[in-house]
Parts: sequence; structure tokens; C-alpha cells
Amino acid sequence: MREVIIIGSGPAGYTAAIYAARAALKPLMIASSVEPGGELMKTTEVENYPGFPNGLMGPDLMASFQEQAERFGTEILFEDVTEVDLTGDIKIVKTGSGETYEAKTVILSTGAAYRELGVPREQELSGHGVSWCATCDGFFFREKVIAVVGGGDSAMEEANFLTKFASKVYVIHRRDSLKASEIMQKRSFDNEKIEFIWNSAVTELKGSPKLDGVVLEDTVTGEKRDLAIDGLFVAIGSDPRVGLVENQVEISDERFIKVDGRTSKTSLPGVFAAGDVIDPIYRQAITAAGSGCVAALDAEHYLSSK
Amino acid sequence: MQPVEATKASFDQEVLHADKLVIVDFWAEWCGPCRMVAPVLDEIASENADSIKIVKVNVDHEQQLAMDYSVTSIPLLGIFQGGKLVKQLVGARPKAAIMDEIRDLLPAS
Repeated sequence: MREVIIIGSGPAGYTAAIYAARAALKPLMIASSVEPGGELMKTTEVENYPGFPNGLMGPDLMASFQEQAERFGTEILFEDVTEVDLTGDIKIVKTGSGETYEAKTVILSTGAAYRELGVPREQELSGHGVSWCATCDGFFFREKVIAVVGGGDSAMEEANFLTKFASKVYVIHRRDSLKASEIMQKRSFDNEKIEFIWNSAVTELKGSPKLDGVVLEDTVTGEKRDLAIDGLFVAIGSDPRVGLVENQVEISDERFIKVDGRTSKTSLPGVFAAGDVIDPIYRQAITAAGSGCVAALDAEHYLSSK
Repeated sequence: MQPVEATKASFDQEVLHADKLVIVDFWAEWCGPCRMVAPVLDEIASENADSIKIVKVNVDHEQQLAMDYSVTSIPLLGIFQGGKLVKQLVGARPKAAIMDEIRDLLPAS
């Protein structure tokens, strides 16, 4: 029987692991088989994580998180959780390899998954012009014309990154202003290769076997027009990964795991949640890390008061 | 059987004329998710030596092959049977998820 099992390995999961390990709770982290490290693994330069005045690469930051967690005795399994039973005093966690683990507490830090556009043929053209990861796929669009859909920081980061490869990058956004931070907005407006297409939504994907254009609908007038592009990068936000636990812990109307006030306490005793899976607003590496710390401290308190 | 590397010149032989189900892994050195899925494919290769062959195509070295199959995201797993591309999976995924996708294509055991 373990003291604590942590599910997920982004900034929230690793910070929870560091705190729990230093509290001598010997945490077991189940980090996922193919996506350990979480969303920062897909980013390039991280400029706003305190302590790194010159910025650093997202994957390097996550490697440091992992090293720090392991230094204090975190055991990490690069596997996927397939099933949990969190309702009893003893929490049961099953993994893809068929193993079953038991613990007194569980910290859920499963993060969020990229949102899809929800237009026809999106799956079929995924990998053939439609992408969710600029750092993975930018290479294929040297001297090509591409578009990024979205208006937040990640959309701006992708658009700027993609100008290293593409000859032109359109940013397609539903509204007439951006949600992105001032610095990212300015960087995008100043980039000569980026052109904004405001008040527009992608309603159709064209081309076979490869994307060669999209149909845009004006969100104000309803007017439709064609835009010829070789690639479309989707950066319209993400949805919390609650599938594993949604029938056991309370989920909010917006589909996040509900926690009690500023704590990490879910509706089940001994079950705590942290990071993007509880956060409809901030969703930063640093806020996720802070929330992972809260979860470890809450778990420690729960165990010591038992 | 361990995964084999294919080039434009050997692709017909290694993939299109293979007598087993072939999973072609389009990958590159710089692709993080590719590194995560590589050991998964190694396991699939060794556990299903009779029925599945894994072929690797490095998209940096084999740009023409990547273009022939319109690859714009990696890792991309192309599933070939009888010389035809029958299915493709984009992005790294766990072993069980890959096996679920190809189970119907394997000979009944």
C-alpha cells in the first residue's frame, strides 16, 4: 500500500511529487506512456517561468522537474492509468500493463487535451495538413502558406514559431481582438510574415489526400470565402481530461474537477486534484506547479490526521 | 523481428510486397513524440513477430517518401496490408491503443 499515487506528469504532477517525496511519502507517479511531461513538451521557448531569466526550452524544464522529483525518491512509471476506484478508503489504480496499485491518497493532475475544430474531415486530414503541434510539424511547411486558428497565447506562440519555416502565416480568429498577452500580441503584430484574419471561423477543410485550403465564414456577416493554405494549425484551447474519474468525483458544469475553495480537495476524501484539470482560468505552468504543491500539502495533512 | 529502416529504393520490397501487416513509422530525430512511440513499436514488433512487421522511414532522409504519402505530422503510423495503405494513426499513442486499431486486420489467432 502506497501513501500517495500521482496521476499525470506535467508541472502540477511533478511539483506534487517533489513536495510529497520531500515529506517522505515515497510517491508513485504514473506519468503516461507516450505523453510524459505534459503540454510543455510540445512548446519551444518558455520565457515566463520564474527563475530562468534567459528562458529555456519546455522539454528541458520538464526534464529538470523530473530530475528533482526523482532526487527525493519519487518512483515514476511511464505507463497509462486505465481504471481507478477512488471511492473507498483504499484507492485502487490500474495501469495499461495490467498492474494494480493501492494507495491511501491519489493526486489527479491529468491536465487538458487539445480541442478539435469540430468540422468534417478533421480526422482524415490530421497529419495531412491539419496539425496540433507547431514544434512537431513546422518542419513540413518550409516556404509554404499556412494558417493558425486561435487568439490566445499558444496560438500566437505557434504563429511566431511557424514563421521560421513558412513563407506566410495567417492567424484566423473568431473575434476582432486577441485574448493573448500584450507581449505576444505585439510580437505577432510586428511579425511581417503574420497576417490576421479577424471575425472568421473555419467551417470546411478542402483537399485530398492533403489539405489545400479552407472555407472561412465571417462570424459577423455570415459570408463565406475560400482561403488557399497548405497547413492548418489548431490552437483553440483544450479540454480537461476528466474521463477517468468523471463518474466518481464531482465535475463542474465546465467539465473541470471540482475542488473546495483554494484547496485541492475533491468531493472524495483522500482524493486531490491539481493543475489544468481544475483550472478554467489561468492554465500556466507556474499556476499548475503552485497547485501541485497545494495538493501534496493537502495529501500530507490528510495522511497525518488519519 | 526488429524494425527495419526503409528508403525510397527499398520501400516496395520492405512494405508493399511484404507478406505481413506492416506498420510504417514516419519519424525524425528531432520529434519528441516519435522517441516516445519508438520503444512501443519495438515491443509490438517482438511480441507479434509472425504477423506484424515494423518499418521505419526517417522523413529527414526520405523526404520524397514523406511527400508520396502526404505526411505533414509525425509520428505518423501508416498501416499497410497487401501493398495498400489501409489505415493511418497520427501522434504517439500507447501500445494497447495501437493494437486496438489494428486487431481487426490481423489473422484470427
